[in-house]
Amino acid sequence: MEAFDYVAPRSLADAFAHLTNGRSSLMLAGGTDVIVQLREGRRHCDQLIDLKHIPELTALHFAGDGTLEIGAAKPLAEIYEDPEVARRLPGLVDAAALIGGIQVQSRASLGGNLCNASPAADASPALMALSARLVIGSASATREIPVEEFFLGPGRNALQPGELLLQVKIPAQPANSNAHYLRFIPRNEMDIAVASSGARFALNADGRIESARVAIGAVAATPLMVPAAAEVLNGKLPTEETFGAAGDAAAALATPINDMRGSIAQRKQLVRVLTVRALRGALARIQEAR
Amino acid sequence: MARSYVSTNLNGTETDFLCEPRQSLLEVLRDELGLTGTKEGCNNGNCGACSVMLNGRIVNSCCVLAVETQDATVTTIEGVAQGDQLHPLQQAFLNEAALQCGICTPGFIMASKALLEREPNADEHRIRHWLAGNLCRCTGYDKIVKAVLSAEQMQGVK
Amino acid sequence: MTTEEKIEYKVIGTRPIRPDGVEKVTGKAQYGADIRLPGMIYGRVLRSPHAHARILSIDTSAAEAHPGVLAVLTAKDLPAAEDKMEELGESAINVKEVSDNILASTKALYRGHAVAAVAAANAHVAEEALALIKVEYEVLPPVLDVRDAMREDAPLLNEERHTKSMGGKLSEKPSNIAQFTQFSGGDIEAAFAEADVVVEHEFNTSMVHQGYIEPQVSTSSWNADGTITIWTSTQGAFAVRSLVAEVLRQPISNIRVVPMEIGGGFGGKLPIYLDPVAALLSKKSGKPVKIAMSRTDVFEGTGPTSGTSIRVKMAAKGDKITAVQANLAYEAGAYPGSSVGAGAMCMLSPYSVENFQIDAYDVVVNKPKTAAYRAPGAPAAAFASESMIDELAKKQGIDPLAFRRANSSEAGTRMVTGVPFPRIGAVETTEAAINSAHYKSPIEGPNRGRGVASGFWFNAGMQSSVVAAVNSDGTINLIEGSTDIGGTRASLAMQLAETLGVKYESIRPSVVDTDSIGHNDVTGGSRTTFASGMAVFEAGMDIRRQMITRAAKLWSCSEDDVVYEDGGLRCKVDSTKELTFKEMAAQQPRTGGPIVGKGSLVARGAGSAFATHIVDVEVDPETGKVEILRYTAVQDVGTAIHPAYVEGQIQGGVVQGIGWALNEEYFYNDEGTMVNSSFLDYRMPTALDVPMIDTILVEVPNPGHPYGVRGVGEVPIVPPLAAIANAIADATGHRFTTLPMSPRRVVEELNGLS
Repeated sequence: MEAFDYVAPRSLADAFAHLTNGRSSLMLAGGTDVIVQLREGRRHCDQLIDLKHIPELTALHFAGDGTLEIGAAKPLAEIYEDPEVARRLPGLVDAAALIGGIQVQSRASLGGNLCNASPAADASPALMALSARLVIGSASATREIPVEEFFLGPGRNALQPGELLLQVKIPAQPANSNAHYLRFIPRNEMDIAVASSGARFALNADGRIESARVAIGAVAATPLMVPAAAEVLNGKLPTEETFGAAGDAAAALATPINDMRGSIAQRKQLVRVLTVRALRGALARIQEAR
Repeated sequence: MARSYVSTNLNGTETDFLCEPRQSLLEVLRDELGLTGTKEGCNNGNCGACSVMLNGRIVNSCCVLAVETQDATVTTIEGVAQGDQLHPLQQAFLNEAALQCGICTPGFIMASKALLEREPNADEHRIRHWLAGNLCRCTGYDKIVKAVLSAEQMQGVK
Repeated sequence: MTTEEKIEYKVIGTRPIRPDGVEKVTGKAQYGADIRLPGMIYGRVLRSPHAHARILSIDTSAAEAHPGVLAVLTAKDLPAAEDKMEELGESAINVKEVSDNILASTKALYRGHAVAAVAAANAHVAEEALALIKVEYEVLPPVLDVRDAMREDAPLLNEERHTKSMGGKLSEKPSNIAQFTQFSGGDIEAAFAEADVVVEHEFNTSMVHQGYIEPQVSTSSWNADGTITIWTSTQGAFAVRSLVAEVLRQPISNIRVVPMEIGGGFGGKLPIYLDPVAALLSKKSGKPVKIAMSRTDVFEGTGPTSGTSIRVKMAAKGDKITAVQANLAYEAGAYPGSSVGAGAMCMLSPYSVENFQIDAYDVVVNKPKTAAYRAPGAPAAAFASESMIDELAKKQGIDPLAFRRANSSEAGTRMVTGVPFPRIGAVETTEAAINSAHYKSPIEGPNRGRGVASGFWFNAGMQSSVVAAVNSDGTINLIEGSTDIGGTRASLAMQLAETLGVKYESIRPSVVDTDSIGHNDVTGGSRTTFASGMAVFEAGMDIRRQMITRAAKLWSCSEDDVVYEDGGLRCKVDSTKELTFKEMAAQQPRTGGPIVGKGSLVARGAGSAFATHIVDVEVDPETGKVEILRYTAVQDVGTAIHPAYVEGQIQGGVVQGIGWALNEEYFYNDEGTMVNSSFLDYRMPTALDVPMIDTILVEVPNPGHPYGVRGVGEVPIVPPLAAIANAIADATGHRFTTLPMSPRRVVEELNGLS
């Protein structure tokens, strides 16, 4: 591995000072990706900035309006083991609990998973379905964007030089709603998604779908929102036919590639199937909550 | 390359060492501190052979930098037995013939220990799920899973 | 379960704790990478980024000048190796090719082929130095497919290689086909013409890796007196010694190999890769050198097993298999020596087939030189033959196991080589499967299916040498030279305890270095418990004889009147004369000195292994994922010395087979780079991917071993590929003929997507 310096700032101000000192930097949260990337020579830096000692970046709490605010460096296991998170946001737990094995979940963070900007990242579609927003900061300003606007291409995200991803915000979910995230992998654990789908919707008093959101992963250069799926879902009864139409909409939007992990035909097939199954899963959760 | 001074609690003993930032915890445990019970199988977080406890959680020590362990608590396989007294998991792995070559065994014992500390009555499926980050190529996992179940029994009896 | 009258043993058949167990569960056992010598430095190997390229020049000057670098090595530093064959236990290899595989001289023949090495103060510095070595390549078109490689117009890996046929005949034109072998018998044309039914398919499998968790590692010290010490984890310390002696052109006695604990091998740790490199770097630097492979190095630079293309035509009349014609082409990798011969010989061994013709091609391709992998050659061959047998049974309307039973080999059945079987357990194994609770249970539910398959492996004998020294307190040190890869310290100590009638715990087995015991062939071919077990039996009998002689002297009686039984000695003619083993041990100083038993032999009479497996699967037709619901492996194990470790061998082999069937493959891009060279993308089964693996141990004792031992380690990987394919065919109606039957392949096939 190439040599680099290690710094562990204790405050955001310190972190920004390091980030703007003119040296090339990489962020260390859980390290489960960046350490491997450095070791394999796929990424390079003069300094590695460890974000885990900055209190804001490892906090987790529900705000007064029900918004869940998660520090970008918070380990996944600490997120999904939180009973309130598990109760209110099972669709987030779905993703957090299947990134890597237990050893990886002890360290890996939502921020790291997002910033890597892998089209196959599990957190992305799950958070997109939940209408999550990202808080991005620099030494001088803070901005907030919808999570789906963060991904620019494989390995490319919307952070500008001098900026850090600080927080993931998941708003209180609509009444009588729930979400589900599913991915397909050849094994039952320890794999990268061949295709994935996250779905969220609410049922209104008439039992019709509202506030539907469907997001898909590993089938394009970035994870994708599927507005056409939301369109076919909203206002309809949650039937297999409706779910099937949403699955078709997801498959129609997908522009996957052939690689060692999957073929175009397989991924299109999978994203349809997963979308239908994620919708069924969300429905089951809504019905269970009643 | 400047080496950093790190002080950590290792297997219950305050330990300090010098390391380069690029050195993983796995590398420092093995090459600098002589604790070779933690094994390297893949060096990229996909086999679990290097599993250790870090601040109460099970991690792959190949994906932790040694410098990160400043003020941390680290437990390795060398810290599992109490003197001559084997941990119930260690005894169960022996009784159940849950190892063949044995290279993955320290990682499996560390990961299983982390599970049993949280969920002393984990069932077969939960054990298999928890241990999915640890690869074994010799046993087909059958006897490993049975050993963990058997250790639960032993602990329950204790 | 047993068929012969069962002999009552005291120790054999029990499940004691292995002698090396505590060290292994506490992390104290020293594996290959765990050694640390004073002044030790670290080596790294530079590997070819191209699958096929001429090496025009190598400039190491910048690497040599890099601070912290102590030595740099290329093929020029290797002595010119002899062009001769060296026996490596289960296979023979050409020394020149071994040498060229260790460091490429003129051509890089696969991506990952070693071209240079560096030793430095630490591994990071060594790695930095590798980046400073400039290699000029002329990139050549790679040959990556076995059938393509056989074409006359294929690019040649070696312009001087001609096809060797039977009788040593060489082809006129150079070729990538290194060897052609044919086995034939009867009259296939007539049999095909008279058959009720004929089926024909082509089967393809990809290269797969043994997947041992411990990467290759070697530490070497070139000592001041010119001797060389090597600490390594290997399946055969003596094989390492012989090969290093050949490659470095040293007398064998100059080399001492210290076997470290080994973290898995499955055949992959029979060849040498790093040992001579570490030795020469040590010579150049004057310091001990350790070289460890990364996981990617292991995938790209060590020997997986062959990818194969197998065409089979098979006929049946009534419930009999009447004719088989097969064409097997196996990838040898960069140098000749695939396992195709073994595949051809194993393919039909579970059955009595009169009319057959099997053509076998050993083909070089631009991929790593293949190595042995558990029953090398047999699983792919059985994938083809056992799939076809399933089709025949189906077409004839016969239960697939009943069909196998009707054709089963038995004592006297001739293999395709013409060699007749001695007492074997093929029939008993098949019948035990038919009568198993699993096979009698219903398989119900949509998308579920059941498959069966049988398998065969020869098992090996070869050379073993052990010494057992009796201590004054009656304990015994058992000194062996066979690598203990999964419990053989226990299985050998148990056989000695049985032979001597003493407690298992009184025996302390040690696996020692090559200076400290006679030659032992590799731990391979499922031979250690069998062959080293025979040597242990000999050593035990040697001790018994010596004790009888001494007791006769003590008691002033004839040796014929002294009986050794139940772990002690007694005089037949004087019932007051008795000595326990321990008492006799205490008498050593007064009766002639130390008692040392010796067993040194070539083990003949290895008993073949037969297995029949039953598997239930569920296929998700929407995703192509195959779930293993239930698995039962039935196997003739001869006599199970330590049943728990016998079961463990079977369970491990089955799960490797499940991985091979469903997900594992070397996935190459067009340039010949393996793109999945990590444990993330080379998908070996995790604990969550498999159920408990049930085993049924059939014990048909091997008449060639004092305790009836048959090797058990290899045959368990032979049936799973076909058993799972047959189960998927049962569940879906689709016959898969290409491995792996990955979700991608299954979903594309079931939904017509490809």
